[in-house]
Amino acid sequence: MVSVLPLRLEAAEAWRRGRRVVGPVDLTVAAPGLTAVIGPNGSGKTSLLRLMHGLLPPRGGAVAWAVPTTRARAAQAFVSQRPVALRRSVAANLAFPLRLRGVPRAAARARAAAQARAFGLEALMAQPGPSLSGGEMQRLALARALIAAPEILFADEPCAALDGAATREVERILADAAARVAVVLATHDMGQARRLADAVVFLLGGRVHEAGPAAAFFDAPRTPEARAFLAGEIVG
Amino acid sequence: MTDLLDGFATAIALIARGDAALAEIALRSLAVTLSAVAIGCAAGLPLGAWLAVRRFRGRRAVIAGLNALIGLPPVVVGLTLYLLLSRSGPLGVLGLLYTPTAMVAAQVVIVTPLVASIAHQAMRELWAQYRDLLISLNASRAQRVATLLWDGRRTLLTAALAGFGRAIGEVGAVMVVGGNIDGATRVLTTAIALETGRGDFALAIALGIVLVALSLLVSGATHWALRTERAELW
Repeated sequence: MVSVLPLRLEAAEAWRRGRRVVGPVDLTVAAPGLTAVIGPNGSGKTSLLRLMHGLLPPRGGAVAWAVPTTRARAAQAFVSQRPVALRRSVAANLAFPLRLRGVPRAAARARAAAQARAFGLEALMAQPGPSLSGGEMQRLALARALIAAPEILFADEPCAALDGAATREVERILADAAARVAVVLATHDMGQARRLADAVVFLLGGRVHEAGPAAAFFDAPRTPEARAFLAGEIVG
Repeated sequence: MTDLLDGFATAIALIARGDAALAEIALRSLAVTLSAVAIGCAAGLPLGAWLAVRRFRGRRAVIAGLNALIGLPPVVVGLTLYLLLSRSGPLGVLGLLYTPTAMVAAQVVIVTPLVASIAHQAMRELWAQYRDLLISLNASRAQRVATLLWDGRRTLLTAALAGFGRAIGEVGAVMVVGGNIDGATRVLTTAIALETGRGDFALAIALGIVLVALSLLVSGATHWALRTERAELW
């Protein structure tokens, strides 16, 4: 099976309502590991993830995968800060991506049960998805996103609305996932980025202002804006 | 007031003695209406969901047209179908005029835009919620429509029941294409019109009571079967 990675953005731009929200951006996501996309509010973190995932079409430049885009789509997953549960049971929510791919019902249910055990959702299997709490819903969204074994996971501020315990659980899931798949995490939480990231992309005004290994970025940011941002000052 | 009370008494008497003519008319009403609603839902529900999911040039015009068709006067639908199905019309060879099939066809034309329009409104809201998820999961267009229809099924019940309500109470179109022939195409609404014309208000009101009872029965049975009030969130 040919990998869909690397994902390459070449002078890629995204526009919304006549305004450029991202770009031009040059960026490569190549291998398993967690890349944190950070930056102040309105810097384009969410738009960059949506551009990479194909939810926002590039208006300039290119978003290229190692395989044709239609094939690459099947190897991607996306979770947002406001996860959506289908109006079905948790079990049916988990089985849903597999059923879309034609996995027989019994096999999909069995894999959903295994995934529920791995994500601590087994006691909730019969409950309606929309009735879950915020933390449970985000775990469900991550479990559903990862059940079809994607090669890359885009996570857009998945802990934005969660309390400490739920955040810890989601971070554990993301760290585990990053060992197997490329995770691109948009976050405004610098503590979270420090805890999880292998690489960092610092956005400012929709452009990549600085990018590189996480340790180097947090220890010795190259640009004054990155230094100011890490110091908690208002930038942008 | 006397006519109303007489109507109740007559209705109870007709039902109590299992009046064969009443049963035949009521069953024909149900058969024609349920057939029309089934066909209207089979066409209108996917159409409504498809319009919510798909973006194309002229989409707004299609939606506006659909909404406009809700107000189509039934008698005009009946007249148009009459001209199409009459012996000299383009579909005259089918020999469908003055048959229950023609009545079903007329009701399908009346019901489908209503069902599709309500379905579109409901599916549009659900699509706004599901859009990113379904695109992200690489669902095909058919899978997106199917997911919306399944997850929105309780809301779509409203569309189906609105269609049923419109069809069961419809008189103009079925009168024109059905002809209100005793034993063949007479239904509750056309029978009510006939008895009112004859001046037999008690019987007309009795038939009206049966019509309302049937409508409530079908609506209640559907809600009960689909457990709309018992299910929590889906």
